[in-house]
Amino acid sequence: MGFAVGALALAAASAFADEIPRAERRSGYDVMSRETRAMQDDDTANPGMLWVLEGGALWGRKVGAAGRACADCHGDARASMRGVAARHPSFDAAKKRPVSLDQRINACRADRQQVPPLAYESRELLALTAYVARQSRGLPIAIAIDARTQPFLDAGRATFHRRQGQLNLACAQCHDDQWGRQLAGNVIPQAHPTGYPLYRLEWQGLGSLQRRLRNCLVGIRAVPYDFGAPELVDLELYLMWRARGMTFEAPAVRP
Amino acid sequence: MATVLVNVPARARRGEIIEIKTLISHPMETGYRRSELGVPIPRDIIRKFVCTYNGTDVFSAELHPAIAANPFIVFTTIAIESGTLAFHWTGDNGFSATESATITVE
Repeated sequence: MGFAVGALALAAASAFADEIPRAERRSGYDVMSRETRAMQDDDTANPGMLWVLEGGALWGRKVGAAGRACADCHGDARASMRGVAARHPSFDAAKKRPVSLDQRINACRADRQQVPPLAYESRELLALTAYVARQSRGLPIAIAIDARTQPFLDAGRATFHRRQGQLNLACAQCHDDQWGRQLAGNVIPQAHPTGYPLYRLEWQGLGSLQRRLRNCLVGIRAVPYDFGAPELVDLELYLMWRARGMTFEAPAVRP
Repeated sequence: MATVLVNVPARARRGEIIEIKTLISHPMETGYRRSELGVPIPRDIIRKFVCTYNGTDVFSAELHPAIAANPFIVFTTIAIESGTLAFHWTGDNGFSATESATITVE
């Protein structure tokens, strides 16, 4: 019995032994061109800042039956929202599961401001998320895993390692095993979500991590999960945990 | 209303070449695309950008459908005197946005 449990633990450990060692982790920032890096680094050249500016305006706007703005409860976001994005997805006691930052914003809108939720990837939700995320720039990603979030982390890790779609590929096959090599003209990144929501030149717009994950799922010809689906939030949780300690860059710019 | 970001140095020496950066939110829809239902999406672009320095045109640009969304325009001018730099974007569907910045030349 003891041997069986020991063997099982060993098998579980070795199944994920391929994770990237901490010293070798690289943000997508490190593999992109000098020009794109310059665009991200300069706040007046970074198009993501347009959403941050809009989010700042929304932060102070009174809405809903309660006539309340985000700022009425949270005050100055530069202080109150510092580090918040770097620890999301985080556990929500009411939902009994981790929620992403945009879900948290929508929940706050529903509970405190009494307004309908903003649609995923809508300009307003991205703007508010970008504004909140901007307050964590430069901080280390700090996902705390406890007994409540552990099952969701495990689910996210399982999704990351599960082969899916017509191409029968798992996330890990590219992003753990083949990072740094070429996929057509692109360098395969390690898939650390250090800068979301981020501006992709390909999108010509700002997008969430879930949008990116859905792109990747379509790329392997799998049916993408819906926005806000538990599978995507769990995957987001796993990816943020996998990038723990790395510097948060939102709003980042990526090719 | 479009969101605009401009970066003009707050102060400069007389005769110095200064770099000005402008960024504006705009979809720059080319007019060549079709929606998922096959309906052509009408063109919606910024047509013209003008910068005036104390009322004098110092830079202008015509924009075309091949320019990406959220146009980022960087140019230089010579700091002659203290005053105001005014930026004006105009485009399809009556689009218009203005922004200004002040500069102190010493």
